[in-house]
Amino acid sequence: MTTTIPVPPAAAVAPVLRLRDVGWSVGGATIVEDVSFKVREGEFLAFIGPNGAGKTSLFNLISGLVPAGRGSIALDGADITAQSVPARARRGLGRTFQTSSLWPGMTVADHVRLAAQAAGGGSYRIWRRAGAYAKAVGQVLERTGLAHRADALAGALSHGEKRKLELAVLLVGEPRLMLLDEPMAGVSAEEVPALTELIRSLHRDEGRTVLMVEHHMDVLLGLADRLAVMHHGTLLALDTPRAVMADPTVQQAYLGEAL
Amino acid sequence: MSTVVLLTATGLGLGALYFLVASGLSLIFGLMDVLNFAHGALLSIGAYATWWAASGHLPGAGSGGAGFVWAVAFGTAVGTVAAMVLELALIRPLYERPREQVLATVGVGLAVPALLSAVWGADARTFPGPTALSGTFGLLGARIPVNRLVLIGAALVVLVALRLFLGRTRHGLVVRAGVEDRAMVTALGIDVRRAFTLVFAIGGAAAALGGALGGLYYGSVDPGQGTSLLIFAFVVVVMGGMGSVSGAALAAVGVGLVQQFANYYTASGLGDLAVVVLLAALLLLRPHGATGRLA
Repeated sequence: MTTTIPVPPAAAVAPVLRLRDVGWSVGGATIVEDVSFKVREGEFLAFIGPNGAGKTSLFNLISGLVPAGRGSIALDGADITAQSVPARARRGLGRTFQTSSLWPGMTVADHVRLAAQAAGGGSYRIWRRAGAYAKAVGQVLERTGLAHRADALAGALSHGEKRKLELAVLLVGEPRLMLLDEPMAGVSAEEVPALTELIRSLHRDEGRTVLMVEHHMDVLLGLADRLAVMHHGTLLALDTPRAVMADPTVQQAYLGEAL
Repeated sequence: MSTVVLLTATGLGLGALYFLVASGLSLIFGLMDVLNFAHGALLSIGAYATWWAASGHLPGAGSGGAGFVWAVAFGTAVGTVAAMVLELALIRPLYERPREQVLATVGVGLAVPALLSAVWGADARTFPGPTALSGTFGLLGARIPVNRLVLIGAALVVLVALRLFLGRTRHGLVVRAGVEDRAMVTALGIDVRRAFTLVFAIGGAAAALGGALGGLYYGSVDPGQGTSLLIFAFVVVVMGGMGSVSGAALAAVGVGLVQQFANYYTASGLGDLAVVVLLAALLLLRPHGATGRLA
């Protein structure tokens, strides 16, 4: 996990993710409306906006949990709009959830091992030993600072450790694109800096492409390359943090009241 | 003393039989939330296939020595295939429809015994076992039937194999995770349906082996055997905790022993009642089963 992925010049490569006029409605109510944007390789894009603005719904659309009613989604130039969650996961789209999504009765190492073999995919040999992924599992646990907790049950972890384990589960699959849905939710104040540093390092040192929903503005300002402001299901603004903060529309619609 | 030893051996033998049925039932319920009322039918299929083979219908198979081992292997294989066909043809099209799924398995659970009695009659058929297994041996002053040992040994082998499978193989890992939270396994990009078929095959194999060896225990096969064993297997599954193989083993031994001792020392038939009382007491004290954890 220590290899550094070189970041090519932005213009030379197809965007990792491209949304074109994506929309989703439930029973006549529009949840996400006409959202279009591109994410280039190695970019960190953060989504902010009040509760109910459609941030998590947008993540659900991108990861395939809900089918897009309108528009198209492409990963590495390939249209994935109609693909299932597992199919998108196999293409390298990994995500974490707002609420903790672990198996409380299984160990930390088991989680990462299972994710590793899910990513390894392909063959279905029954008696292939679970230890086959030991090296990758060990590296990821080391990377996320969980090596000393390898044999602990996930149910016994602190909130911060659970969030790290969710990151470890993502990382072992070598995702092309990581969707992090409020990774700081429920994490105690003492654990936030370490978790922030881990996410920062995944982006800066390994060049990983990250989309993240987060309420803590102070966390985002040092992390994100660009900020996306969601409001009533639409993309109100998408620019560098500095430009977004200075945008009068944004200030009027959201930031003015929230900050 | 000799009575206690005999009752213990018989109780353990019966417990072994319960475990062979309950282990698969428990894994299937734990992973898929499917209450497989057709599991007793899988046992009956294994019992009749073994009986059919051992009665001289299958070339190479017979009632003694290697011929009998071959007959048991054949019976187990037929039960395994039947379980996979059941999962692929009947359970899989009914995912997300639990009520229909239960009805379908109840239907198979009724149809198979009816089919068996239509073909081979409703009366019990003498089970042709090897003479070496029909004798007894002395232990602490008691004469213990040898077939009890065979059942206990087979159940132990199945228990160890299942624990190795769950703990050490990649598919065991998928099954364990699926028992805890299936949706998360899918979210990782794993096709959990293959694990379903695999678990059905494993459960069917264990049940069919139980049927084949149950023939030794009872000395005969009849169409209703599977159904009556299934009731106690359900009790074992609930006691042991859904999806827990070790819990099922523990509960199976408890149920078998309680049943034997209560039947002998109180009145015949009270053993079954004692098991139900035990279940009620356990559910009051430990609502999540004896272990509450997998394997």
